[in-house]
Amino acid sequence: MNNSKGKVVRYNKWGYIFLIPFIVVYVVFQLIPLVSTIYNSFFENYRSGLTQVGPNFVGLANYAALFSGGKIWIYLKNTMIMWIMGFIPQIVISLLLGAWFSDPSLRLKGQRFFKTVIYLPNLIMASAFAMLFFTLFADTGPINSILMNLGILSSPFKFMSNVWSVRSLVAFMNLLMWFGNTTILLMAGMMGIDTSLFEAAQVDGATSTQIFWRITLPLLRPILLYVMITSLIGGLQMFDVPQILTNGTGQPAETSMTLIMFLNKHLFSKNFGMGGALSVFLFIVTGILSLIVFRINSVGNKD
Amino acid sequence: MSNDVVKGPDKGMGVHGRRAVSYIVLILISFLCLFWFYVLFINATRSHAELTKGFTPVPSSFLITNLKNVFTGTLPVVRGMLNSLLIAACSAVLCTYFSTMTAYAIHAYDFKLKKFMSTFILAVMMIPAQVTALGFLQLIGKMGLDDSFIPLIVPSIAAPVTYFYMKQYMESALPLSLIEAARIDGSGEFRTFNNIVLPLMKPAIAVQAIFTFVSSWNNYFTPALVLHTDTKKTLPILIAQLRSADFLKFDMGQVYAMIAFSIFPVIVVYLLLSKYIVGGVAVGAVKG
Repeated sequence: MNNSKGKVVRYNKWGYIFLIPFIVVYVVFQLIPLVSTIYNSFFENYRSGLTQVGPNFVGLANYAALFSGGKIWIYLKNTMIMWIMGFIPQIVISLLLGAWFSDPSLRLKGQRFFKTVIYLPNLIMASAFAMLFFTLFADTGPINSILMNLGILSSPFKFMSNVWSVRSLVAFMNLLMWFGNTTILLMAGMMGIDTSLFEAAQVDGATSTQIFWRITLPLLRPILLYVMITSLIGGLQMFDVPQILTNGTGQPAETSMTLIMFLNKHLFSKNFGMGGALSVFLFIVTGILSLIVFRINSVGNKD
Repeated sequence: MSNDVVKGPDKGMGVHGRRAVSYIVLILISFLCLFWFYVLFINATRSHAELTKGFTPVPSSFLITNLKNVFTGTLPVVRGMLNSLLIAACSAVLCTYFSTMTAYAIHAYDFKLKKFMSTFILAVMMIPAQVTALGFLQLIGKMGLDDSFIPLIVPSIAAPVTYFYMKQYMESALPLSLIEAARIDGSGEFRTFNNIVLPLMKPAIAVQAIFTFVSSWNNYFTPALVLHTDTKKTLPILIAQLRSADFLKFDMGQVYAMIAFSIFPVIVVYLLLSKYIVGGVAVGAVKG
């Protein structure tokens, strides 16, 4: 390309021209909103009944109120608990399935079928999926009916009134929706490992269990880290499933209320000051996490 | 050492044993994935009276009745589906076309801000829409776009994730010599992009169009904050309304039919296109 510089320069203005749509739309619909969200977080601006309060500049008062109220920590804890409850089984299952799918000595049949099935829940509308689980696990719903017919329960279990059953349902739905995606990502990573390493290990008499722990897992570390952080970023955005499942209440007693459900409440009630402060908090947390992903990716691109 | 390994505790299980275990686990997991949709299908075919009696594994004959009730019910479901379709289809078209264009700008040209732009797009890739939602809502309010489809469609032009996929694909499928040849033949840059680059990118565009469509189709957070008029609402918002309606007074057959109505079209399309979708995730993964 360098040897025809004169000609190339003439064309290179097209690089800018082709970037115009992206830049304009990005600036208008993401950058300006981001700046104004941050700006809003320094103002008192909400509705109390019919009277509009503010906007008045209050400095960091919204942040002080947000963090001293204590609720944000409860919601952060809820979000993290439900994320971990879904993520740990997800990573275990995905590693297992990925190892099986990519193990040539197993020669599993029907891989297309299994991959299709495990990826399926990822494309389901999360809100409809949550509504489905709500009806299935209702006090008079089919799950209680099945469990009673099997003699496991004598009276209906109130899934929606128990802290841990609601959290488990949310975690389970997230698990179902995401483990297929994670499996495919990890499998792609496993396929990328130099097969001569496996062959050498086999020649040395290593078992497949040992190969998995000593070779596959250490070499997968960057992809595992990537999967974990992107899942954590996704977990912080947890909204559709608990919102629909609990009708926005985070029942029982707000133990399944997530950070974005909290933000959604502020946005609906038009409490822009508090909503802004919460958004900035989320922005900073995801920003730090994104930076880690960005570092992993740029390291990966160098080789 | 090697003898020890061969006779170790779990090594009694040969390839056959391990294969059997993996089939059993896979079948169990597939069951866990499909069971809910099976129950949904069965229950969508049963009447309210049958549903209150408890679960049976065989379908009944009320599917058509239930669907009819859904379509004539209080929630504008058909309208909701058309709205969802329109928004998702427009987003998919705009997103793939302009993301390809953005990727092409970075891939094919050398300009001063190129490095900065590609780093910038990568850096903002993970920022979720929720954290800018507040400013976004205020802005579209000021622009008079509240309660309209435009703020749900146009922003998809700037999609860093789609851009990233397109750029990765271009690096393996779009040789710069081809563009050079088109220039020598006197093709303008814009024409080259539309007539030569786009057709070559078809496989990547198809995969990303599906993903954009599905994520727009399933999106609940932003549309619920933007759309207020009943006839403009999308399916996920109507599902949320169904959830907040007084649950027990409802005809349960209708509830199941409506959930089925919002889930099954996606499943059918997915099964038809699964080859490309599952493959597409993997392609993105190898590079990502």
